[in-house]
Parts: sequence; C-alpha cells; structure tokens
Amino acid sequence: APCPQWPYCRKRCSYCNFNTYVVPAVDQAAVRACLVREAQTLLRLSQVHSVTSVFFGGGTPSLASPGTVAAVLEAVAGAAHLPAGAEVTLEANPSSTSAPALAGFRAAGVNRLSVGVQVRGALPAAATAAPRGPVVTVLPPQSLDEAELRMLGREHTAAEARKAVEAARGLFPGRTSIDLLFGLPGQSRDAWAQRLEEILGLCDDHISLYQLTLERGTALAAQVRCGALPTPPQDVLADMYQTARNVLVAAGFRHYEVSNFARKGALSTHNLSYWQADQYIGVGPGAHGRFVLRAEGGCSREARVQTLEPVTWMREVQSHGHGTRSRAVLSLLEQLEELLTLGLRTDEGITHERWGHFSPQLSLQAVFGEPGEAQALQQEGWLVLDSGGLRCTWAGLAVLDSLLPDLLWQLQRV
Amino acid sequence: MALAGRAALRWRARLPSACPAAAPLCRPAWLPAACGRPYSSRGKEKIDMSTYPVESIRNFSIIAHVDHGKSTLADRLLEITGTISKTDHNKQVLDKLQVERERGITVKAQSASLFYNHEGINYLLNLIDTPGHVDFSYEVSRSLSACQGVILVVDANEGIQAQTVANFYLAFEAQLSIIPVINKIDLKNADPERVEKQIEKLFDIPTDECIRISAKQGTNVEKVLQKVIEKIPPPQCNTADPLKALVFDSTFDHYRGVIANIALFGGEIAKGQKIVSAHTKKRYEVNEVGILTPNEQPTHKLYAGQVGYLIAGMKEVTEAQIGDTLFLYKQPVEPLPGFKSAKPMVFAGMYPVDQTEYNNLKSALERLTLNDSSVTVHRDSSLALGAGWRLGFLGLLHMEVFNQRLEQEYNMSVILTAPTVPYKAVLSSAKLIKEYGKDQITIINPAQFPDKLSVSEYLEPTVLGTIVTPHEYIGKIITLCQDRRAVQKDLLYIDEHRVMLKYLFPLNEIVVDFYDALKSLSSGYASFDYEDAGYQSADLIKMDILLNGNPVEELATIIHNDKAYAAGKLLCERLKETIPRQLFEIAIQAAIGKKIIARETLKPYRKNVVAKCYGGDITRRMKLLRRQAEGKKLMRKIGNVEVPRDAFIRVLKRETDK
Repeated sequence: APCPQWPYCRKRCSYCNFNTYVVPAVDQAAVRACLVREAQTLLRLSQVHSVTSVFFGGGTPSLASPGTVAAVLEAVAGAAHLPAGAEVTLEANPSSTSAPALAGFRAAGVNRLSVGVQVRGALPAAATAAPRGPVVTVLPPQSLDEAELRMLGREHTAAEARKAVEAARGLFPGRTSIDLLFGLPGQSRDAWAQRLEEILGLCDDHISLYQLTLERGTALAAQVRCGALPTPPQDVLADMYQTARNVLVAAGFRHYEVSNFARKGALSTHNLSYWQADQYIGVGPGAHGRFVLRAEGGCSREARVQTLEPVTWMREVQSHGHGTRSRAVLSLLEQLEELLTLGLRTDEGITHERWGHFSPQLSLQAVFGEPGEAQALQQEGWLVLDSGGLRCTWAGLAVLDSLLPDLLWQLQRV
Repeated sequence: MALAGRAALRWRARLPSACPAAAPLCRPAWLPAACGRPYSSRGKEKIDMSTYPVESIRNFSIIAHVDHGKSTLADRLLEITGTISKTDHNKQVLDKLQVERERGITVKAQSASLFYNHEGINYLLNLIDTPGHVDFSYEVSRSLSACQGVILVVDANEGIQAQTVANFYLAFEAQLSIIPVINKIDLKNADPERVEKQIEKLFDIPTDECIRISAKQGTNVEKVLQKVIEKIPPPQCNTADPLKALVFDSTFDHYRGVIANIALFGGEIAKGQKIVSAHTKKRYEVNEVGILTPNEQPTHKLYAGQVGYLIAGMKEVTEAQIGDTLFLYKQPVEPLPGFKSAKPMVFAGMYPVDQTEYNNLKSALERLTLNDSSVTVHRDSSLALGAGWRLGFLGLLHMEVFNQRLEQEYNMSVILTAPTVPYKAVLSSAKLIKEYGKDQITIINPAQFPDKLSVSEYLEPTVLGTIVTPHEYIGKIITLCQDRRAVQKDLLYIDEHRVMLKYLFPLNEIVVDFYDALKSLSSGYASFDYEDAGYQSADLIKMDILLNGNPVEELATIIHNDKAYAAGKLLCERLKETIPRQLFEIAIQAAIGKKIIARETLKPYRKNVVAKCYGGDITRRMKLLRRQAEGKKLMRKIGNVEVPRDAFIRVLKRETDK
C-alpha cells in the first residue's frame, strides 16, 4: 500500500507535531514530479505485483491539486497492478474541501475521504503497495464547536466542518470517514456526550476518535504546561472513552481498533494493513515504510524513512529517484514486536495464521501459552489466547499499553 | 623552569590523580613563580634545618567560622614571608581541592613552613591549616596537637558565630595560646568594637588583645606575625632526645606511596634512618624528609620542634595511622597520647546508579578513602538498589563533601540514601545477649532492629548544638528546636543584638534538613555547629511500609514514636507520587507492628493506550516499549506490585534533593 505524503498545510494546528510545512506557495508541478518518481522507484525496488490501497496523507493532501493525485495513481498503476476497487483515501481538511474540489479528487481516482473535523496531522499520506488495495480518507470534523476549533488552532469553522462532511458524503457515500478528538482542555463528560450525539447525526459509516495527545513542542502542550489550559483528569478521560465505545457500538459500529469504528463493513483497508503488519511503501517527505527489497535480492522486511525536509527530499528524488534517508533491516524479534504492538490494537488481535506468516517455527501458543506474563494477564481478564489467536478483551483494549511491556518482555526471553 | 615543571608534576601527583579533569583546576596559579623565591628546592642546596633551633620555632593554626577570612589570612602570611610570591592570584592557596575552592571551606588540613626575620632573628613559623567545620573537628584537634597556639579569626561585621565558639573551645581545651584577630575591618559595616566586646564576654579575652586587620588589603597582617612570635611559646622539646615524631596527617601519592605529615617532639630525623611505628611495630627506612612550603621541599634533616613530611616506603595509608608515634629502631620511646579514632555520626547507603558501574565505584571509593580515613565503609546490598555500601561519615557536611569529591574527582554519580544515625539497644533477652556476645548493640540498619520485648532500653545519639543568631529570630528558632525534640541548655546574649543558644539535640533530628530550616527562618543569619554529646534513652520504634500488605524491606525506618505518624504519612505520599499506576489498586501503608498509621491509595489505570498508531513512525514507539520491557527486569516486585527502582531512590533520597 503506497502512502504518498503531502507535507504542506495552510496553518499549523496547535496540537500537531507532524512533519508539516506552511509555505506561501508550493511548486505543485515539482512536488508532483517527485512524488511520481519516488513512487515508481520504490514500487520497482519492492517488486510488488499488486497494490491493495493508496492513502494520501499529510500535511493537508487536500491542498494538493487533483492532478497531482491522478499523476501519483497513474504512476502506481504503471508500476504495479492497481485493481479497480482498490481503496484510495484522501485526507481532507474541511476548509479545503469544497464540493467541486472533492469532485475533482473523485475524478482523479479517490474513492474514500477522511475528514479532520478537528484532528489533523495523524495519518501519513501514502499509497500502499500490498496484496490488497488502498483507500482514500477525508479529514472530517475534529470538532463541531467553535470554541474548541479555535483552541485547536483549526482553520475552519464548525459550519464549514458540517458542510464539508455533507459534501464528502454526497460524493463518497459510505466511504467518508471523520476524525474527532476528545479530552480537549476543559472538556467535560457531558460536553463530550453531546458532541458524540451531534457526530452520530452527521457521520457516515466510519469514525476515528482520538484522545488528544499533548505532543512535545506543540503550542497546545506549551499552554497546558504553563497552566493556561487545564487537561481533564485521567478518570474523566477514561469515562469519555468508555462512553464513546458504548454509544458507537449501540449505534451499530464495530469497534475494530483502539480508536476506530466502522459499520456496514466500512473498515479502512489501508489502515488495517498497518495493524496487520502488511507491507507498505511510504512516499514523500518524512514518510515511513515497511517492505522487502526484492529487487535487491532482499528477503527481510526493512524499515525505511524518507527525508523529512521537502526541499532536500526533492533534490534527492531528482538525483537518485528516491529520498530514502534511513533503512534498517528488521530482525525477526523486531518484526514480532511490531506485530504484537500493532495487532493487539484490533478487535481480531493476532491470528495464528498471521503470526505464523512471520514466525513459522515458534507458534503463538509456544510463546504465550506457557506460564508467564500472558497467562497471568489472561487470568486477570485482560487478554485472550484461543483458537482465534491472541487478542485483548474489551477491558484489556483500554489498557493495552500496560500489557505490552509484559508481553514484549516475555517474547524477548523466548 | 624545569624545576618548576617537576614541582608541578609532583603536585599533581599528590592530588587524587584519578581525575585529570580536576587537576588543572587545582593546580596553583603561583607555581611558575616558585623558582624565584628564597629557599627553593634548586639542586643540592637543601635548606639546613639545623639553623632553626627550637627557640625560633612557632607552630600554630588559624581557626575561624566559615567565610571569616581564614584562607585569605593564610595567603597573606605566605606572601609576607616570601613563601609564595605576591600576585593577585593567591586565593585559598592552601585549599587544594576543587570542593574546597567552590564552597570556600577547608576540608583537608594542609601545612606550610614560613621563614620570617623578626628583630634580627630568623624564625621558622609552621602554619598548620585546619578545617573550619565541626564535621571536621577531628581533623582540627589533630592539627592542633602539633601546635602551641592559634590565631582565632572573627569577622568584624558578623561577629562571633557558632563555629567560632566550637573552635575556640577546641583550642582552649588543648591549652593553646590564643591570638584573637578581628578581620575585614575595611568593610563598611565593620564594627570591631562590638566584636571585641563579644570576645571579652564569651572567651574572657581582654579587648585590647584583639588585633584589627584586613587580610584582604594586608592591613596589620605583619602585626599578627609579630604576635605569633611573641605570644606563642616555642615547642617544648629537645634535639638531643631520641626521635619522637607524631603523625598528624597523611596523604597518599600513587607514585611515592604514603606521605606522612609529622611533628617532631624530640630528636631528629634524616634520610636513611630506620624507624619504627609504635602502633604497628613495623620497621621502615626513611627515603625522604622535608618541609611543606606548601608543596613538598626535601631537607637533609628535620629537628625537634619542627613540622614537615616523611616518606618511608609505607604502601597503605593505614600504615601511617594518624596519632601514631614514630621512633628510631632500637630506641623506643613512650608513645604520644595519640587520638581517639574518628567516630562516624551519620550513615547513608551508597549505590552505583547503574550496577555495571559497581567496580568503578568500588575503586573510586577505595582511592578516596585513602585520603580520608575517617569514612567507614561496609558492604551492603538492597533488593531495590543492588549491591552497594553503607558509609559512615563524621557529619552531614562531611557526607556532602565526600559525595561531591566522588563526582568531581572520580566522575562517579551515585545514589545516596537518606542519612541515618547509629542507634543502640540495651538487650534484655538472654538469647540475644548470647548471640551478640554483649548486652548492648549498635544498629545502623533497620533490618537489625531488635524487638521491644528483648530490649530493656533503646538509645539514640545526641549532639550539643550551638546556635548564634540575631535576637529577632530567637522565637522561631526556639520553636524549631522544640519541634526537633531538643532540650535547651543555655541562652546567652553575647551583645545587645546577638544570642547564643545551646541545645541538646537527638542527632537524627538534625541530620536531614535542620540546617536548611534554620538558615531559611533566620534569613541566613543564624549559624549552627554541634559536637558529640553521647547517647540518651529514646522511645524508638521500627516503622514498616507496606504495599498491598507486603512490607518493603528497604523502606523500613527506625524512628522516634512521636514522629512516626508524620514521617509515615510523608513516605506514603511520596511513594504514591513515584509508583506508576498499575492495573489494580495499590494500598500504600505505614505500619508500626500490626497497627496501620498512614495510608494512601493508588488507583488503577482505567485507560492507558496510545490514541494514534498507524504505519507512520512506530520506531520511536517501539523503542519506548522495548525500554519498558527491559525495565521489567529492573522492577522490584513487592507481592504483585511492580516498583521501579527509581521510585525507591526518589523516596529514599534526602528531601532537599527532591
């Protein structure tokens, strides 16, 4: 699954620490040429035959022209097979998603939108080259409240957010996702419950909801640190999360990942491939990838990071065909650690089949079925290991980060 | 220049040489000038010490409260006598350690021989520098044992302070001549008249005997030298007697072995002589003798009454036992009275921050204790902190200075646990008495605390504290002392504005933060000093800390019954802040026997999962998780509660380090 990054934004949001750049004018043609070139190079290196999904993230990829999106998709289709139904997601910002613009993206090949109503900057933009096909997401209404939007430094208004979601649903029915944040400074349980009701009235079949994470170096974190803004207490955050889970499940959504909910089978194919530790190819400044370099005779999964700074990245792509800044072969242990960390975030967990794909010799049962941390966690009701595989219980999913160190420690000792 | 170079090299070699970074800081700025001064060690022209008969020798120390100008006066005396050349760089010449220069204190006694012509006679004046703080009173008293008199320096503005009193009594009890000097008369707020009156009132010295000086500007310093010659008697001894040398200090040089500082109470000593230690009975051949100016300068001989150094192939500092008497082989003498060995008053656990550093720390400790034999070292281990030591110090400042020297001179960072004091128990159980072979035991580790049923009495160490303060703070200070279970012994106005208070304190009440509290409530004006005052009966108990009902061995504390509640509450609160939340509720309790006296509850995690985790940068996240997984093996499990090591460190650390 290729993941092209569009690293530019019109304005930096107060909570975002992603690799984004606010520049007066972007040389669309030059960036487009580089995205295309890098996608071609990396797909060739991976020798992937078929691409399951493409995800345009950022930055604010909806600021890119539809022409750029079309060019990248053409390049992907030229270098590997891109099935007609492959998921092609675009992250979009309510303020840059007028209906005509969205129509342009649809014409370019985008078939899924992820709208950041208030959240932005989470998802790496990319196209995925993998056994299954990519997705496009529009960034929906991170908040529908004016005051909250201002606090988050969002450029759009609540009304714009609503309009954007409505426009997106009109063009991508059943294929529009919205992002929403909770745990905003000063937010109460009641305010959040009310926000959830509003969202249910607006949303399509996919919702991502994130507890606000105060990332170091962001304006929001600084305001909280100096006491200008309060953060809700841990107990309130836990309540908000549980409320959201209950409300959304009652509304027919499947809670298929820690922060993701879908109904009518509208799961994000692209993101699911991350959590299942499939191969993905990161394209664009600062993009990350995990794939095997078949073209170089490689047989081990590599972690690759593309150059962060756009101007440097472009120069490298122009001279070498790609701007890979670092590559590291992942050991079996490292691959299994990533599989555990990512896989346990999903409701299905890690199946025996998937584990066996990475570790044919040592089964899930052999590692975690023996007396040890995993068994203790099972007895305490946080974890399940059965014929389906290894997964968190409903209660365990909310405290996964307290389970993982124990599990990794047990894995390291095998 | 070559000679100066050699001198510099030797100088550095004598410093704790393990830390090259520290050496340049300590290198005396005046060394290059050394060639130009009289009596240099150039070639064979060693000084003939026989030209200084006993009558023309004066051995003296300078004693003072910290910052009253002792080191500045020493610098001036060295300059006037030509021992060092006069430059602007002579600051704390005798204070060689980085820690001494930074803190403006003297930790380690140093000596310097000064040559001075007075009324046509050449005098040899031996200045034996002493540490200024009571923690080092052991060092002070052994330095004084080589003296016949002292210069008592008092700041003309601050007047008599707590250490002035303590130092005065040390000198007074040693029956030394005392020359009172009022320093810093150049300061705007100087009031020498008031200080003279204080000295008269407290020490019974007539006001007209005080010399008013400014050591900084050199005013009247010459007069001090003259007074030293007139007022301090020469040592009472005879060169014709058999050799009798007192070892009053020793240092360790990695190239030349032990360098012993000696004072000759009889006879003479020269290279090639065979000498015997009265203490160990071991025999040595003298390789080198000389005087300190203040670096070592070899001489042919040393004669009765003189002070200098000796190198005689001693390999370990313990061979040059301080207080030992040296005599000539086959000419034994009655040994000098010697000294009580230094008694540790404060104990603390010391552990490497990382156990892989254990051996490095061990060797640093060994090297540092070579030059500071007053530190006692016992191996100890803690389930939480790993292998380490329980160290005994003379006092708190001593502990801090030792720790600072480890850091500065050996680049070691360590975990130091909260200091404790040595308690005692008088046993009543026949079984325990048999087991210990005595009916009174010293407890330095709470794990050894015997049950009340087998004890007739617990004892705690006490100190007699002296506080000197402007009178406006007296109310607050009395309240502070009462809170610390102290009993007032004396209250005396030393002038219209200043009060001297004496209190008997339980030592454990002042080891942690008393001095800081005193300083803060008196805006820094009150001074404090203390001396050992023996043991007293005390209502002691052992307090346990429980996590979900399981005791945490390393947090057990011996404490006075009256203080248990407050201390238990504080420990529980600190633990609550430092133990990470877990998947279940944790009860943190303080208990005496079966009785719970304090409790905090740490709520379980209800949500702990990172919100966003996609294919982007999970490298950093994996790094964090791996570190947490690694950390699992460093976790101390108390029942099912996992406690990270640094939680203990934070709880055990002294409050001021928080």
